[in-house]
Amino acid sequence: MLGLEKKDFRLLLVVIGLTLFAPIILNPFPAGSEMAQFNAGYPDLMQRFVIFGIFAIGFNILFGLTGYLSFGHAAFLGVGSYSAVWMFKLLSMNVLPAIILSVIIAGLFSLLIGFISLRRSGIYFSILTLAFAQMSFALAYSVLTPITGGETGLQLALDDPRILGASQTASGNIPVPSLFGLEMRASYEMAVGAWSFTFNAGYYLAAVILVLAFYLAIRIFRSPFGMMLRAIKSNQTRMSYTGLNARPYTLAAFVISGMYAGLAGGLMASMDPLAGAERMQWTASGEVVLMTILGGAGTLIGPVLGAGMIKYFENIFSKINSQVLHDWFGFLPDGLEDFVVTLIYPFVGKGWHLTLGIVFMLVVIFLPGGLVQGGQKIAAAMRRRKKTDDANPGATKPAE
Amino acid sequence: MDQFILQILNGLDKGSAYALIALGLTLIFGTLGVVNFAHGALFMLGAFCAVTVSKLLTLSHKVVDDTRTDFLGNPMQVDVPYLHDWFGPAMGDKLIDWAVPLSILFAIPVMICIGFIMERGLIKHFYKRPHADQILVTFGLAIVIQEVIKYYYGANPIPTPAPSAFKGSFDFGVLIGFDVNAIIYPYWRLVYFFFSLVVIGAVFAFLQFTTFGMVVRAGMADRETVGLLGIDIDKRFTIMFGIAAAVAGLAGVMYVPINPPNYHMGMDFLVLSFVVVVVGGMGSLPGAVAAGFLLGILESFASTSWAVSNLPGINQVIIYLVAIIILLTRPRGLMGRKGVMEE
Repeated sequence: MLGLEKKDFRLLLVVIGLTLFAPIILNPFPAGSEMAQFNAGYPDLMQRFVIFGIFAIGFNILFGLTGYLSFGHAAFLGVGSYSAVWMFKLLSMNVLPAIILSVIIAGLFSLLIGFISLRRSGIYFSILTLAFAQMSFALAYSVLTPITGGETGLQLALDDPRILGASQTASGNIPVPSLFGLEMRASYEMAVGAWSFTFNAGYYLAAVILVLAFYLAIRIFRSPFGMMLRAIKSNQTRMSYTGLNARPYTLAAFVISGMYAGLAGGLMASMDPLAGAERMQWTASGEVVLMTILGGAGTLIGPVLGAGMIKYFENIFSKINSQVLHDWFGFLPDGLEDFVVTLIYPFVGKGWHLTLGIVFMLVVIFLPGGLVQGGQKIAAAMRRRKKTDDANPGATKPAE
Repeated sequence: MDQFILQILNGLDKGSAYALIALGLTLIFGTLGVVNFAHGALFMLGAFCAVTVSKLLTLSHKVVDDTRTDFLGNPMQVDVPYLHDWFGPAMGDKLIDWAVPLSILFAIPVMICIGFIMERGLIKHFYKRPHADQILVTFGLAIVIQEVIKYYYGANPIPTPAPSAFKGSFDFGVLIGFDVNAIIYPYWRLVYFFFSLVVIGAVFAFLQFTTFGMVVRAGMADRETVGLLGIDIDKRFTIMFGIAAAVAGLAGVMYVPINPPNYHMGMDFLVLSFVVVVVGGMGSLPGAVAAGFLLGILESFASTSWAVSNLPGINQVIIYLVAIIILLTRPRGLMGRKGVMEE
């Protein structure tokens, strides 16, 4: 189907299903109940899941396939955001041209950086990309303020030209981003019993793009081009001895992943039309590395899972404060309750980064293949046990 | 001319910090072959050693002072540091005043222990793994260390002053025949510079003139052969890791009065120090030190108003720009050895 093998097609269907029904799946608890704070089915968070999913898929095409660890990918995301916001300022509030432009600009930018950085490999490549990203961040923060808005970030204003649209709405407000009239923030609320589900236009646009991006990633993974990238990862020297030049392939992978990052940046600006330099900082680049590794570098679905997990815990964990903890463990005797709360408190709320760091270290140490590998290991162990269960009665059957 | 000297001096203190961190990074890389992204966190831990010591020294208890009254007319309660009780007010105040230099004594054993624990507990298992894995796991460790510090010390910078003897500035220009106030330089930065020279000198002397250092250098050149000669090179490399951690920690301790420490200061320095290491040449100790001072001074020259008005933003990007140019023209860095990290 669609040029995919059966297994990949099934995976694509799963992703389509998950994104389509995400507003329902992510809201398993009735609104207003104790557990409602674990619901993730609100538009802002779902949009972030999907957008960072796209970002991580793109990063994985570079890191997962070629093994080149870039520590500067957030720069492309930032560039994408800036170009999208400029499109909103100059052309119109339609998100389509904004997203297209952000992909193109990020692609050109990554072509330039990739062309220079890919002259070196290994740690040198990481440092070069890091240096470029930090340079872009520093410049966006200071000298390029006319283009980037500097510290305050790039925002829409009432007197922007917007050639193909109105500078301001009839009521004198800044217009909101839309897709041919469908506003990105438009939502449809559906109440089923105690549950309430929000279907948001912006989320569904991003979700459709995620599915397309995921499909494209599968095709790249299964193509001869993807094979070539894997060859670079496993042994570049041998590849060049067979007469193949690795540079064009790595550069293409770099540019593709840069364009994915630009796409994510453009989408981010479409959901909330402002862009700031902090999106380009190297900690932001580190975050996408965390997502990809946590989910499983080099696997198809891993980066999306990793992005979803990190963003989920970032939002949900950081909301848990000591009061919430006391409510939870209220059933325990007083002394024990305080003890448990003090024990857990450093890991939630403001300290959720600590949990993230520990989980990340554990994954790198014990599961270099990420959560996907963990899942596969568990599945394999289950299968083996089943098989031995089946096999044992036959083996112990006495001869008659 | 006076401006010229002033900029060189201004570059020296930052350059010293870069050089010390880069020296530690290179020690670890040259001996163990591990890319340590947690080295900035070690720098930060050193800085917080100083904060801890100064807090410990000012631990105090309340004493009712009958001679004074507070605004309600009750006898006033005064905080009296325990040190006053133990050593008398004069000596106690002196100790508190000298908290930062004193914390060196505290920081060295603490940092060496932390280095041992890190190496034996975590890094040891990553020798055979790819460099990307080493980067990632130490990156994770850096996050964890940062968050632990943030939990205990809060997110705000904690100002910790230098001893009052080193407060104020030193008129360097008068010494070499310029006008009064032409070249003014804070005393503490001068102290920092000389301190870093001492530490760097000590590390080099240790490697050059002791048997232990000789074995370590031999191990850096050819680990396998040294191992075959029946020398437990792993143990020596672990000790080197401890020393590298101590060097980073000392750099942090003494940097506290220059820049109040907060939990993410390490990360800020780490990125720059990596650039320094790469510019100096991976695995070359003199290269790391030279590049550290060089980039510190370059940065200070790029921050002059003349440079900024001619090339806006140059002060922000100069280090990265230099790194990119060096990496593309001299891929091994200024003094890089052949065959290091070239696979």
